[in-house]
Amino acid sequence: MTVQRSDKRLIRTSEDIVMVRQLVREWAKTIGMNLVDQTKLITAASELARNTFDYGGGGVMLIEQVIDAMKIGLRLTFEDKGPGIDDVEQAIKDGYTTGGGMGLGLGGARRLANEFYIDTKPGEGTRVTIIRWK
Amino acid sequence: MAKEQASIIADILKKQETEILNRWVKEQLQSVTLRSDLMNESELRQQSSEFLSLFREATSRGVNYDLNAPEWSRVMEMLNSASRSRALQGYSPSETATFIFSLKQPLFNSLTETIKENTGALSREIWNVTVILDKLGLYTIDVYIKSREEIILRQQREMIELSTPVVQLWNGILALPLIGTLDSERTQVVMESLLTRIVETGSYVAIIDITGVPTVDTLVAQHLLKTVAAAKLMGAECIISGIRPQIAQTIVHLGVNLADVITKATMAEALKTALVMNGLHIVKSQPIAKKEK
Repeated sequence: MTVQRSDKRLIRTSEDIVMVRQLVREWAKTIGMNLVDQTKLITAASELARNTFDYGGGGVMLIEQVIDAMKIGLRLTFEDKGPGIDDVEQAIKDGYTTGGGMGLGLGGARRLANEFYIDTKPGEGTRVTIIRWK
Repeated sequence: MAKEQASIIADILKKQETEILNRWVKEQLQSVTLRSDLMNESELRQQSSEFLSLFREATSRGVNYDLNAPEWSRVMEMLNSASRSRALQGYSPSETATFIFSLKQPLFNSLTETIKENTGALSREIWNVTVILDKLGLYTIDVYIKSREEIILRQQREMIELSTPVVQLWNGILALPLIGTLDSERTQVVMESLLTRIVETGSYVAIIDITGVPTVDTLVAQHLLKTVAAAKLMGAECIISGIRPQIAQTIVHLGVNLADVITKATMAEALKTALVMNGLHIVKSQPIAKKEK
């Protein structure tokens, strides 16, 4: 997999979540993603950005345009230095929340993306990576 | 820090005040960034003279690089209000900062004329003035940007209020066209105005149209469901309309359950349903206005 271009955005306020959505929309349009895939990726980005802000205490999103064999897609990485997740299985499970939300964000983001990776250590932070191919 | 040195700069400012002021004002008037449409010469002169006397006071015991020091407080205060008013009047950041930066030339000139025989002292003084004027100039930009941000924030709040109108479509039928991002703050406003209007109009159906909401994530869905639940408690049924195909697919993948809510693709469909719920139906009759050729 090769990275063609990349950019970073800080997530420190709830307005930054809006900026993240706009950036992802722009990039998804540029690579010619169709409207449904665009919407899925943007929504997943919105969920993960909000997790970064709400639970991670803020962090950073890395957006990359990647190419693998014949496929082109976008890879988003959300990283925070927050408290981390104790039980990842449980966190991904639908309906589980510690913050009063619907408990669908993480699981929903996984279903909305083609690839989903989560790397977390309690007390050290969380990194979630998703890829959506065109 | 150059605090211990005798203050040549304050001395010069005292002795040559009028001259420096004249040169400075001239410099500003000639500058391409002058906004004669926004400020006339006498105002500019008055502001410049006020700054010079405050600047002289602040540097009377040497040039302290630390702008947070007490001797700078009055200068900062003055610059704060000057930059703020410029930001409100529609100046650009560079136009605002030019007020300070254009003082360099006149001050350098006076310094050179006064202590030209002592090059060591001259370059030291010029360096001091450069450092401090750069800091003050940057400060005006900081204040400028902060004021602009305050304006944006205020407009944002005004837009929240503006963009949530509840309209009556028919007797007993309300519509709430949502446009833009649905954050917690806005949902609160939306919910309040909807519930108030339900009581005022005695409506039993409210159509919430989300055609203008670009992204429906779990937070937006949760807000919508809460609004629907609150309306239900008041005896009104909600219909969510304007669900585009891509939004429908995304909602399904997210796993949000909207099964308990009546949803329609378009506002027209929603209105039709609402009329039925009110026991009304539309009958087609002869068109009143005929096309004439």
